[in-house]
Amino acid sequence: MVHESHAASEGSYLTNPKGWKSWLFTVDHKRIGIMYLLFIVISFALGGFFALALRLQLLSPVKFLFTAKQYNQLFTLHGAIMVFLFIVPSIPASLGNFMLPLMLGAKDVAFPKLNLASFYIYVFGAIFCVFSMISGAADTGWTFYTPYSTTTDTSVISMTLGAFILGFSSILTGVNFIATIHKMRAKGMNWFRMPLFAWSLYATAIIQVLATPVLAITLLLLILERTMGVGIFDSKLGGDPVLFQHFFWFYSHPAVYIMILPAMGVMSELVTTFCRKNVFGYTTMAYSSIAIAIISFLVWGHHLFVSGQSDNAAAIFSILTFLVGIPSAIKVFNWLATMYGGSINLKTPFLYFLSFIVLFCVGGFTGIMLGALSLDVYFHGTYFVVAHFHYVMMGGTVMAFIGGLHYWWPKMFGKMYSEFWGRVACFFIFAGFNMVFFTQFILGAKGMPRRYFNYLDQFQSLHAFSTVGTWVLGLGFLIMAFYLIDSLINGPPAPANPWGGMTLEWQTQSPPIMHNFESAPVVDHDPYDYKRMDG
Amino acid sequence: MAKEVVIESLMKSGSFWFPEGATSITNRVDGLFYFILAGSIILFVGICATLVYFLYKYRRTEANPVATSNITHSTILELVWTIIPLILCLFIFWWGYKDYLSMSTPPGNALEIRVIGKKWLWQFEYPKEGVKTLGELVVPVNRPIRLVMGSEDVIHSFFLPNFRIKRDVLPNRYTRLWFEAERTGNFQIFCSEYCGDAHSAMLATLRVVTEAEYKEWLKGGSGASDEPLPELGKRLYTKNACNTCHSIDGSPSVGPTWKGMYGHNVSLVDGTSVLVDDAYIKESIEKPNAKVVKGFQPIMPAYAGVMREREILALIEYMKSL
Amino acid sequence: MSNQLENTVQHHVAHHFDTAEQEFTTAKLGMWIFLVQELLFFGALFVAFFVFKYLYPQMYIEAHHHLSWKMGALNTVFLITSSFTMVMGVRSAQTNQRRATMNYLFATMMLAFCFLVVKYFEYAEKFHHGFLPPHFFSGEGVHQSLPIFFGLYFVMTGLHGIHVLIGIGLIAWLMYRSSKGEFNSEFYTPVEMVGLYWHFVDLVWIFLFPLFYLVG
Repeated sequence: MVHESHAASEGSYLTNPKGWKSWLFTVDHKRIGIMYLLFIVISFALGGFFALALRLQLLSPVKFLFTAKQYNQLFTLHGAIMVFLFIVPSIPASLGNFMLPLMLGAKDVAFPKLNLASFYIYVFGAIFCVFSMISGAADTGWTFYTPYSTTTDTSVISMTLGAFILGFSSILTGVNFIATIHKMRAKGMNWFRMPLFAWSLYATAIIQVLATPVLAITLLLLILERTMGVGIFDSKLGGDPVLFQHFFWFYSHPAVYIMILPAMGVMSELVTTFCRKNVFGYTTMAYSSIAIAIISFLVWGHHLFVSGQSDNAAAIFSILTFLVGIPSAIKVFNWLATMYGGSINLKTPFLYFLSFIVLFCVGGFTGIMLGALSLDVYFHGTYFVVAHFHYVMMGGTVMAFIGGLHYWWPKMFGKMYSEFWGRVACFFIFAGFNMVFFTQFILGAKGMPRRYFNYLDQFQSLHAFSTVGTWVLGLGFLIMAFYLIDSLINGPPAPANPWGGMTLEWQTQSPPIMHNFESAPVVDHDPYDYKRMDG
Repeated sequence: MAKEVVIESLMKSGSFWFPEGATSITNRVDGLFYFILAGSIILFVGICATLVYFLYKYRRTEANPVATSNITHSTILELVWTIIPLILCLFIFWWGYKDYLSMSTPPGNALEIRVIGKKWLWQFEYPKEGVKTLGELVVPVNRPIRLVMGSEDVIHSFFLPNFRIKRDVLPNRYTRLWFEAERTGNFQIFCSEYCGDAHSAMLATLRVVTEAEYKEWLKGGSGASDEPLPELGKRLYTKNACNTCHSIDGSPSVGPTWKGMYGHNVSLVDGTSVLVDDAYIKESIEKPNAKVVKGFQPIMPAYAGVMREREILALIEYMKSL
Repeated sequence: MSNQLENTVQHHVAHHFDTAEQEFTTAKLGMWIFLVQELLFFGALFVAFFVFKYLYPQMYIEAHHHLSWKMGALNTVFLITSSFTMVMGVRSAQTNQRRATMNYLFATMMLAFCFLVVKYFEYAEKFHHGFLPPHFFSGEGVHQSLPIFFGLYFVMTGLHGIHVLIGIGLIAWLMYRSSKGEFNSEFYTPVEMVGLYWHFVDLVWIFLFPLFYLVG
């Protein structure tokens, strides 16, 4: 209470306290979020660099820039970095960390020290991944399937140990978020007055806590298999390599929802703010997130339709796969319905909202195709699958991540960016993305298997087109890097609420003060009650 | 028999999306795809049109500064877009499951062929006929074929795009796959589960021939008796997957290059050296890990019992010519 | 009672909480979620255990003859007793009995040490007979998959042992803080949290013991 009187003069969280030590040892969720953001963006750049390199090799159907082994290492590093270092932590750990306490009207997350520990565990895990990169990078693919991963001579242990450690960072973030949402909400904010982004982080955290330990133990078993042998994946002793796939996908399929659920939360925030209207079907949106989280645990077997599991198991996994698609479809329709009768402000974040809708729909429709058993048998292991999950992960999560970043950028850094260049970059990213990945749907349908270093000459023109697309995509991100950095230096100062948002993070300064709010907020209305504001 | 085997192009044959099918079940699989595609396009166009219309109609202007609608939810509407996709999905599930079952249940009278996947080649065995081949699966048209598949090392996956079928090939159990070709031709076989350096070179050919040709082929085995040795060797070099690991242009790959190898001494991993002559080549084909050239791993699969004497001679002649 | 309370340290509620009660319930919730995570962590190993029990029941019957159920039972007694002393430790902290808290925590720690000592003798015996994970396995056995059993045995009891070690560290930390008089009826959160953790470690053993030692 004493803080309030001189809160206004204390300066923003960016400058108070000062000095690099105050950053490294901070327990402020905002600073931790910013540090995560930095590492996540670096990881994305690194993973993107590997993607550009491997697409370059694919310009030619035969050996061209890299050897087969180097190519295999490139796609492994691309996948592992993008999944474990970038996309899993992307929205929750950076935007979520920064925004969740603000949106709940809290001073911090429930366990600030644990939050900092999560960050350093993340850095520690990243070091192992980087070490793997420079010490004979793993060539197993990011899925680490046994028995290839237990027999190859590349540095699999370092990479899996990295992913193992990163898993604990993710688990602890999940524990923190669940406790925060249960216990730290502002006075008057009951569960159904919570912003949908918080709901989506809640659903995400449930998956993080329940699924990640299984991945952790699986990777640990893989490491132990390589060092002392455990035998359970070793067919020579009577072990079963396919058991690894079951364990792996028990995590990694829910992990797909760790990646997409927070993105859906961002989308709900974007649509309500930029349409200046209550989100359509709030309750359905909240419950559908939870439904997705629960069903996501029961569909892992759809990665094993051609691995020789029983027909009955295949049928059950197929039907559950369709079920998990339904809540996602509901969300898309509800976002559309939110736009009805709104007042749409077509700013850069909203362009990413639109990109998400378009690309996520394509990803969803092709997901239906892959869920159908007979079609999956054909498409499994081809470029069709590659294109599908890039439409969901990149077309979905990355678009929402960028959209969210642009939406909250003024709040996080207190600066505005160039709206013009924002739109230009969005255009290049959208166009480039479709060039790269729509082409791959055709390649896959024509029978081109994935993870191929060489390919039949007949596929060359499509591959070349896809590679050119990566350059357009890369250009888009380059433009974005320039104008965002420029905004940090030269950007005009941002007002507290540049978009007219209603959630609590817009009720404090940009950037916020150290303890978020000058006086503890009290909530007495729904999160998107624009009617009340606009009369 | 010596004529060049030309594999049907996947890109040039068939429709915009799919390679030409070689069996009637592909029509049902493709049909499901087109059904979902049509539904998706209708929905997608609908969603995009709605987006564009809303963007125009409800754009923020001086006249439209705030939302004009206060609607927060509509249970009926939400039920509609929950139940309709649900019904569609269940229908799609049923279609896919039905075809999946018929694709995984072979008829009883099928011709059984054993498939062995190993780094990085496909080997086929006809147990009743006692024939073994490498990189080439020959089957009669209009007869159900059952493949019983196993791996000697890591997981592979046997993929026949023209038949829309695929099954993982595992080291610890046998998996099965069946098909019935309804037209003759040469079709592409891929490995579609990542298996290491030469994964993308782990290819094979499916030759669907008439019943008479098949009988003829069984009698003659895989080698043609009248073909000149160096030409046969050149053909075997790719057919038996030698080319996945051995180059002929002097560059080292997974294994040593063949160029300029014959008649020279090579150092071995145990420190000794050996002259590359007919005996050494024969031994290295049949028992490859007996004398491994320095700088390479002992990973070559043994070809003992798979290649005939004349085929080995053909490869030796081919190596001489390089 | 009164002389025990003399040099107590007043606990300050962390800045981001409004009340001590909020702080306590939050910590407790966080701990429970963490334990759920631990449950899944071990859960995957139990799944693997049952998969192979289903595949090779004979191998399990053969293998359990190589484990001493007596030592296992002794360790079960140690851990169950230690859970009891832990409960009493928490109880004493809640009722301001600082000396009793110290004694019960010390007893818990000693029982944990006993557990590890017995475990040491068990492991030593396995090393001696070569009943080790597959790469080092040199034991005499009939079933070809026997090394898998010992692979699982060492992974599961080893991870449990690591949890016991961590528990000992945590109890030592509690004793240090308790000796400074930080715990009282107003603030005993860390004691309660470590208590929860310790019961979980105990619980895992309650499952490990019958599954490995008594399967036949």
